[in-house]
Amino acid sequence: MPHHPPQAEEELAVLDALLADLAPDAEHLLPFLHRVQERLGHVSPAAIRYAAHAFNLSRAEVYGVVTFYGDFRESPVGDTVVQLCMAEACQAVGCRDLAAHAESSLGVQLGETTRDGRVHLEAVYCLGNCALGPSVRIGDDVHGRVTAAAFDTLVAAATSTRGAA
Amino acid sequence: MSLRVFVPNDTAACSVGADAVAHAIAMHGAMHGVDITIVRNGSRGAAWLEPLVEVDTATGRMGFANVSPGDAPSLFAGSAPNAQYPACIGLVEEHPWFARQQRLTFKRAGRIDPLSLAEYEAEGGLIGLRRALSLTAEAIVAEVTASGLRGRGGAAFPAGIKWNTVRQASSATKYVVCNADEGDSGTFADRLLMEADPYQLVEGMIIAGLAVGATRGVIYVRSEYPRAIATLREAISRAEGAGLLGASVLGSPHRFHLVVRVGAGAYICGEETALLESLEGKRGMVRAKPPLPALQGLFGQPTVINNVLTLAAATDVLAHGGTAYAALGLDRSKGTMPFQLAGNIARGGLVEVPFGLTLRELVDDFGGGSRSGRPLRAIQVGGPLGAYLPEHQWDTPLAYESFAAVGAMLGHGGVVCFDDTVDMAEQAEFAMAFCAHESCGKCTPCRIGSTRGVEVIQRLRRREESRKQWALLEELCETMELGSLCALGGLTPLPVRSVMTHFSADLLAPVGGRPE
Repeated sequence: MPHHPPQAEEELAVLDALLADLAPDAEHLLPFLHRVQERLGHVSPAAIRYAAHAFNLSRAEVYGVVTFYGDFRESPVGDTVVQLCMAEACQAVGCRDLAAHAESSLGVQLGETTRDGRVHLEAVYCLGNCALGPSVRIGDDVHGRVTAAAFDTLVAAATSTRGAA
Repeated sequence: MSLRVFVPNDTAACSVGADAVAHAIAMHGAMHGVDITIVRNGSRGAAWLEPLVEVDTATGRMGFANVSPGDAPSLFAGSAPNAQYPACIGLVEEHPWFARQQRLTFKRAGRIDPLSLAEYEAEGGLIGLRRALSLTAEAIVAEVTASGLRGRGGAAFPAGIKWNTVRQASSATKYVVCNADEGDSGTFADRLLMEADPYQLVEGMIIAGLAVGATRGVIYVRSEYPRAIATLREAISRAEGAGLLGASVLGSPHRFHLVVRVGAGAYICGEETALLESLEGKRGMVRAKPPLPALQGLFGQPTVINNVLTLAAATDVLAHGGTAYAALGLDRSKGTMPFQLAGNIARGGLVEVPFGLTLRELVDDFGGGSRSGRPLRAIQVGGPLGAYLPEHQWDTPLAYESFAAVGAMLGHGGVVCFDDTVDMAEQAEFAMAFCAHESCGKCTPCRIGSTRGVEVIQRLRRREESRKQWALLEELCETMELGSLCALGGLTPLPVRSVMTHFSADLLAPVGGRPE
């Protein structure tokens, strides 16, 4: 059971709103989970229960979907998600070195969040910017030909915008 | 008259600052009283020239390459383009990199405002659909069959045969599904087309619908492509408003409804049956075939599932006839192929040419060699499941048959170049690691084999029991090839074997023996 009932109620209201115009067919489960992920930053056990009920599925089925797809997270990660493309086209132009720099500069490994919770660093396999690598995605923005120095600038800019907002 | 200035709004152009450039040009116009209209066009695909700014002139569009915001004032001499500025590359379409291509699918890319249906039509759009509306379903399929068009997603299955199977299937409900889950590293042609010329995909899907008797279409786009998703959604909404989509396609008795669905970060969903599972709201687990999706596809109904470029090419096939399309190309590789030059390459981007050019011509003449200036050592063609080709294979013509003959594949046309600093053992290990990361887990050779593959290659890289591990790796590759349910497990051995065959020293030579 949720530890903080008022928050749970709040989450329930949000989930109701997110479901609103979606027909309760299983084909809308992914669109719904995308909305949940975007709005709440993760898909909580409560959201899984909610989705199972809404789409007439078992919780196991919804859990199976949530854990299958990389976009859905079971728990919140850092405020700013920084994705480094680690696929072949970026490997050919030094993304492994860039990743090493990013890890040491942020003090985390790929797949981890900084201790202050501000940045989550992770690998992604292809951003479709393969002629201008190494590529980094922050939010919906893709950045090309990212050097170590440019990486630090981008992360600083992204985290300061977040802080101000 | 207002000066029309084009600044691409495409992911690649914006990744190197096109938005800031557009802003700086607008500021320049406002501050110096130059009447400038900024058009956010799609990209022509010359990633190496981005941001590529173009200015309309009486003789054509004057291009400026690699523009930064600080360049904005220098691009203009009063209210004309400043042809003396070093960034000027002259008339864009006369630039050899473009002039030497033969663009069918990408002929409009970068020329038009992607969301302007009027510009789409003015540049040859909707001719194919109008013709299709005057033909029977059988005749549409016959054109596609005559064109020799094969699936551009990678498997290269003849589109006409697939469409005919769906056409002949009897069912009240059929679907057209577009596979826009372009996950292969080194490929970006689908993204470019969706961002630069989305109506071409819409038109191609309607044509497919007419051909097979389907009234519903779904475009499954990967979530890594937010700009493509936004562009498609807007294009569909405008197409509905203009009577291109909806209850009556261009005033005909035919209806066609189209929606966009977004993937969720799973490479395997580029495999057609996993994609269908995903559209049904399930884990993207590969289905056993048969039944073919053509007969039992989305929600168990007959389904045409084609890649973005296949559906787009269908518009050209219908507009100009299958025979004209089939006149281009080599052997049974008909028409043109949008190749994508990527990785360590000086002039990377999209090169659409008829099949038949050699890999070396593509990489040298268009690509201009490595970006790093070092000699190239290996070229991976066809994405993460494609072979690494050593230099002695670079004279292979780019065609399905000639690539198969050297143990490689063209796949979706991605060409990723590596210079001589590459450690091919590391690349072989990555191939297995990627398979392990992306395996849906349904079949054992792929799920377990890929993880064992990583371990075996790691032992080889540590030079532990090399002979034994080498034999083990060969056996493992064979098991994965023969025993996997789909191309992920079945083709992961392709890059691995290419490293074993052509770059064996990286796995076997004494450590430190290879010059860095």
